Amino acid sequence: MLKGVITVMLQPNVLDVQGQAVQGALKHLGFESVEKVRIGRQIEMILPTEDREAARLQLREMAEQLLANPVIEDFQIDIQEA
Amino acid sequence: MHCAVLVFPGSNCDVDLYKAILQIKGATAEYVWHTDTDLDRFDVLLIPGGFTYGDYLRPGALAGVSPVIASVKKAANSGKLVLGICNGFQILIEAGLLPGALLPNQSLQFICDVVPVKVVQSKSPFTSSYNHGDLLRLPIAHGSGNYYCDEVTHQELESNGQIAFSFPPENNPNGSLAGITGLLNEQRNVLGMMPHPERAVKQWLGSTDGLRLFQSMLEHHTA
Repeated sequence: MLKGVITVMLQPNVLDVQGQAVQGALKHLGFESVEKVRIGRQIEMILPTEDREAARLQLREMAEQLLANPVIEDFQIDIQEA
Repeated sequence: MHCAVLVFPGSNCDVDLYKAILQIKGATAEYVWHTDTDLDRFDVLLIPGGFTYGDYLRPGALAGVSPVIASVKKAANSGKLVLGICNGFQILIEAGLLPGALLPNQSLQFICDVVPVKVVQSKSPFTSSYNHGDLLRLPIAHGSGNYYCDEVTHQELESNGQIAFSFPPENNPNGSLAGITGLLNEQRNVLGMMPHPERAVKQWLGSTDGLRLFQSMLEHHTA
């Protein structure tokens, strides 16, 4: 069994208002020098296979069809031992 | 004109939309659960607002892959009218029936207000009863209505006349690109919009400016 990890981030050219708000809050805590805070999403799942290439292909299809929005988001795939 | 009001887990404007349709003489409506796939008996498909699947993943993303959506795509390709309001607009975008994306409002706040909305395109089955430039008063109520698309897409939308409604520049509540808040597909038989015309059909609701949208659709149907 393998564990698939998909990390979805807003594309660099898309304004991340949530990240901006968190950056402001971090400043309130004293982390004055922090810059370019961006917030993404991580999705994990177990895949009942040992075939890493097949798993990668499946994860890519899932990301393209549902888990990431290609208009505004990029994604990265990581495969680990479950 | 027989209209389907599609209902997903978390839809909450379905009853308003159903009742708005019944204000229009010659129009009938029926609720359709999201697992149904037979839409042949309908002339028009309506996707109401709400918080389908609790806005999990992205607003409209999970509803956008519901069983009924394949039939909605088929109907849209065959030329039937499809209207998505608020979360319905988000669903149409997630389903790939309209271009772009709807991001969280620039203020990060949920906005519930009655705002001026400009008619940008009156040559469509949804907007033919309005005049170009009309300033409507319509309710909005959303957390993610901040329309975004890349520069190339924006140019295409402009040159194809696909922008149906926009917020005036001096009153853009959510930060939408060029104030865009109502979008047609290229064939102009699919419309997505953030404002709620179904909540503006009686004077005691504060405005009747939404009525003409449904009247336009009826006129298109009977023409």
